[in-house]
Amino acid sequence: MPNNTHSALKAQPNDPALDQIIKLAIMAVGGQGGGVLTNWIEDCAHRNGYVVQATSVAGVAQRTGATIYYMEMAPAGERQPVFSLMPAAGDVDILVAAEMMEAGRAIMRGFVTPDRTTLIASSHRALAVSEKTVPGDGIADSDEVIAAAEIAAQRFIAFDMEKMAVDVGSMISASLFGALAGSGALPFARESFEAAIKASGRGVEASLRAFAAGFEAAAGGKVEAQQKSSSSTGDTPAGPKTLIEKWAALEARAAAFPAPVRDMVLTGLRAVVDFQDLDYGEDYLGRLDTVLSCDDAAKGHELTLEAAKYIAKAMAYDDVFRVADLKTRGSRFARVRAEIAPAKGAQMKLTEFMHPRAEEIVGMMPAGLGRRLSGSARTMRLIDKVVNRGRRLRTDRLLPFAQLYVLGGLRKYRRGTLRHAIETDHLETWLELALSYSRIDYALGVETLRNRRLVKGYSDTHARGLSKFDRVMQGVALLAGRDDAAHWCRLLREAALADEKGEQLEGALKTVRSFAEKPATARQN
Amino acid sequence: MAERSFAKEVQKLKIGEGETFSGEGILALTKALLEAGVGYVGGYQGAPISHLMDVLADAEEILTELGVRYEANASEAAAAAMLAASVHYPIRGAVTFKGPVGVNVASDALANLSSAGVTGGALVIIGEDYGEGSSIMQERSHAFAMKSQMWLLDPRPNLPSIVQSVHQGFELSEATNTPVMLMVRIRSCHVTGSFQAKDNKRPPFTVKDALANPRSDYARVVLPPMSYLQEHDKIDNRWPAALKHIRDNGLNEMFGPKQAPIGIVLQGGMYNGVIRALQRLGLADIHGETEIPLYVLNVTYPLVPDEFSEFCQGKSAVLVVEEGQPEFIEQALGSALYKAGSSVKLHGKDMLPMAGEYTGQVMLDGLEAFIRKAAPEMLPARLRAPNSDQKPALPDLSKTVPMRPPGFCTGCPERPIFAAIKLTEMEHGKHQIAADIGCHLFATLPPFEIGGSTMGYGLGPASNAAFDGGGDKRSISILGDGGFWHNGLSSSIGNAVYNQSDGVIVIVDNFYSAATGGQDILSSRATNPTKTTGQPIADALKGVGVKWVRQIDRTYDVPKMRQILNEALTTDHVGPKVIVASSECMLNKQRREKPLASKAIKEGRRVEKPRFGIDEDVCTGDHACIRLSGCPSLSLKRLDDPLRDDPVASIDQSCVGCGNCGEVADAAVLCPSFYRADVVFNPNWFERSLGAFTSRIITWLQHHRSRGRIEFVRT
Repeated sequence: MPNNTHSALKAQPNDPALDQIIKLAIMAVGGQGGGVLTNWIEDCAHRNGYVVQATSVAGVAQRTGATIYYMEMAPAGERQPVFSLMPAAGDVDILVAAEMMEAGRAIMRGFVTPDRTTLIASSHRALAVSEKTVPGDGIADSDEVIAAAEIAAQRFIAFDMEKMAVDVGSMISASLFGALAGSGALPFARESFEAAIKASGRGVEASLRAFAAGFEAAAGGKVEAQQKSSSSTGDTPAGPKTLIEKWAALEARAAAFPAPVRDMVLTGLRAVVDFQDLDYGEDYLGRLDTVLSCDDAAKGHELTLEAAKYIAKAMAYDDVFRVADLKTRGSRFARVRAEIAPAKGAQMKLTEFMHPRAEEIVGMMPAGLGRRLSGSARTMRLIDKVVNRGRRLRTDRLLPFAQLYVLGGLRKYRRGTLRHAIETDHLETWLELALSYSRIDYALGVETLRNRRLVKGYSDTHARGLSKFDRVMQGVALLAGRDDAAHWCRLLREAALADEKGEQLEGALKTVRSFAEKPATARQN
Repeated sequence: MAERSFAKEVQKLKIGEGETFSGEGILALTKALLEAGVGYVGGYQGAPISHLMDVLADAEEILTELGVRYEANASEAAAAAMLAASVHYPIRGAVTFKGPVGVNVASDALANLSSAGVTGGALVIIGEDYGEGSSIMQERSHAFAMKSQMWLLDPRPNLPSIVQSVHQGFELSEATNTPVMLMVRIRSCHVTGSFQAKDNKRPPFTVKDALANPRSDYARVVLPPMSYLQEHDKIDNRWPAALKHIRDNGLNEMFGPKQAPIGIVLQGGMYNGVIRALQRLGLADIHGETEIPLYVLNVTYPLVPDEFSEFCQGKSAVLVVEEGQPEFIEQALGSALYKAGSSVKLHGKDMLPMAGEYTGQVMLDGLEAFIRKAAPEMLPARLRAPNSDQKPALPDLSKTVPMRPPGFCTGCPERPIFAAIKLTEMEHGKHQIAADIGCHLFATLPPFEIGGSTMGYGLGPASNAAFDGGGDKRSISILGDGGFWHNGLSSSIGNAVYNQSDGVIVIVDNFYSAATGGQDILSSRATNPTKTTGQPIADALKGVGVKWVRQIDRTYDVPKMRQILNEALTTDHVGPKVIVASSECMLNKQRREKPLASKAIKEGRRVEKPRFGIDEDVCTGDHACIRLSGCPSLSLKRLDDPLRDDPVASIDQSCVGCGNCGEVADAAVLCPSFYRADVVFNPNWFERSLGAFTSRIITWLQHHRSRGRIEFVRT
């Protein structure tokens, strides 16, 4: 008891025993098994003669939302320590983040500080709804979190623990537990961690495998961002000899393009040849030659680069033949099999979801006939009545497969179809416009090419994309000739990609009209 | 069966004197009830005490052996009403529900109970849902204790203290003939720890004994003139008895030096947070030995003025640590000091925020500010003259890190219901839609954004009542099966029938009280050995006079759901149009079926497992499918392809093949990127042979086509 006088009540230096308290927070997404991980850590600490207190926030807040588990531990003594029930900013020793943005959230909340915190994070992403619903690319940048973590944490360990666990048939809780053990942040031997897993009694073998993988990686102090998924498209040509020879000639033509655009031209060439045939590839190169002749080497051939990309995308549009062709390829069957990975001896049924509308049907018809039919609303309604419904095709069965296979084969006749005529028309108008803009404003020409990004999707989504494209192009028309036209063109495009309904685009267009139309009205007056 | 099983843990409840009990707060509470000789228990689930209901349900056998009646009450009101058994009989009873929303619902019964007074100890265990992790409006249950004159316990958040407060609560209740509320906060419900157990006690007087020896006394009935007498009894007898009991039995605690210039008065639940702040200020050690005197209010209502004035003696300033608003305790203490003509400075909400949770940082800042003002010499040197230890400048992540509110689980049967409503709204325009409490409330968030208000459990359709008269477009309201049985049947459905509502009501039936952890309810399909389940909602609807009822037994059928919605919105039927959309909660379904399927596969029986996938070369990256789903397993991936600007949709291995993706792609005519792969484990001979034959032909056709054209392959 201190002396009961005012002056005797001096602050004491911090109780050195306080430093023995280990404060550990787990930030996870509901459903990741944070509870299991907490139980393991608690058990492991008990085995090492520690007193532990764990808390969690249960309830509906956990359903797929951000959630937090917190525990404190200290060597057991005669008296019980007083532990806190929640983490405090600047006072966390170990922060386990079961996902990269949760690591970011921990940093934002001040739970990761350079004087004390070991941050162990899985670098994989579980995307939040807000990141996924954006029509463009709304995925948050993990690199920003990694950069912040490097500054905020005393030690930082990060790698893809989700993949690591899934690869060995386990859950991320096990690889996180392994990483925690491997980091050495807890003063406990590996065996006591493993004993905790063994004692929990469910899926022990798989958990131990994931634990081991996490342990090894963390012991090496790994910091590794998540890897990009590679595309399924390959780049080595295969086919009959005559075609390969002809391809070689096209390839040589592509290789003759200036160095900065060469790779993109080749990629685009492969895409259009894969879409149709070698002649189509020649058309592609022809269009690019035109662009190149208008281009400027001093500008790094940016115009040709964007043209190489977006002309390829415009030429390889998505029609019924394309979908049928892709769905029936051997390489696709192999990819599905690899992704689903059916167990040995198991069989796989495959169902495709198709929903053709009258537009798709007339799009497959010869251009003249198609145009006549689509001109009549009554006919279109009639066709819709017959075809417009969801169709589920079992492509592991012979007949449905054959249907799609035959459709895919009809691509030979694609050049004569209505859809092809429409697409080609659209492409040429756009390209011509871009080139004409580029003559007065190089940057605007480039941006106009990039606007093609807005056209994507099928049916309604496609229509919405086209309408956004048109609206952006109308805005561009108002801007042409101004110094900041390219800048505004880019802003309009970004606004168009930000939400589904195009509300942001409307706002941006309003702004553009407010300053681009004014001089015109002024002149009229 | 609830989402989390405590079947194993409840065995610990059997341990006796001399043994150490270790586990979570909710188990400790249950053990304490048994040790206290409780005669009946009940309640209604809701975070953070949902799991207490699960523990009680899983412990039913142990309870029954001891002669304790367990009731899974229909609502908090029903639970509170059950405490009537303690009015005339010397039986201890305990019920539990969440606060303050559960207390709102229960308040009618609680007020009657308080007025009548009790003979046996009556304990209301409240899970106070305030602060991080809470799913409701932020309010305090404290006001209910004050208005009804119930005593409110707020024990320190560790297992021995919580257990002790159960015993003390019953004793206090019996000594004062007053029901007692025992408050536990979000984290203390699941805090782990241990305490010295006692033997379980059979209730000395059971509910069966009561039925054999019925009693009544109109003095206990809330009816004039007795109600006037009861009001006086509260103040003249029960109140002073409570003050005396609290004091004599040392229910509140004092820590630290007897005399000091300053002191802190705190709610028991704030104790660990206050100690941690003092530890960080160098004013307390690891065991909580503090340099600053603490007056811990394990009873936050009523306050004991004598105790407080003793604590204040010799002090120049006192800080009140009281979470939430209004600051009832601070006001009362301030008034006491003023009336006593005291010169003690009272601090509280001037140092700590009026609203919001007292987190570690808030507590540290508040205590430091108080000490700096009232006794700066107590602060460690480093804080008195803060040197400029510079914090590193961190990049701002607030624009990077996305919000992550809770949402529908993978495969949730409610997702397609709201996809259908969203499609209907796309077709017919926006409607007036009222939401309700339950998992379905997640539909108010993106990507669905369906429903603009929530007025309370089971009150969705009732909250659309102003629009019952109809208009250009019909109103739509949502009601869950949990809310339906809780009070929706009368307050919402009965109301709509009686008032000839023109509105459309969608009842989301997932076979459980799913949001609270999958407890059974009347319409659950599972057989429950001690409860009656399997009562169809549609029958109840017809029973109260709903004529237009449509039952959907597979919510994943989006086109059908849309068609029925259209019909409901356009029919000229007079009166409410009620759609019951039923499919089992996927979380519970998986928990039930997954082990069975694994077992069957191991035993060599034929099992089909569905999963969805996306053809990445068909997907154009417009994400239209995600805007009708938001499923955690339907995500995006960036391809290593320079021609692709935007990430493509991708389905991971957590997909349970619910079918929503295919249905929505179909109903909204999205795109042909989706495929469903059904893996057939242990296929039979015929299947295998046919499969091999088909596969040979398909492979031949594929090779044939490949041979005639140029393709690019990965090397």
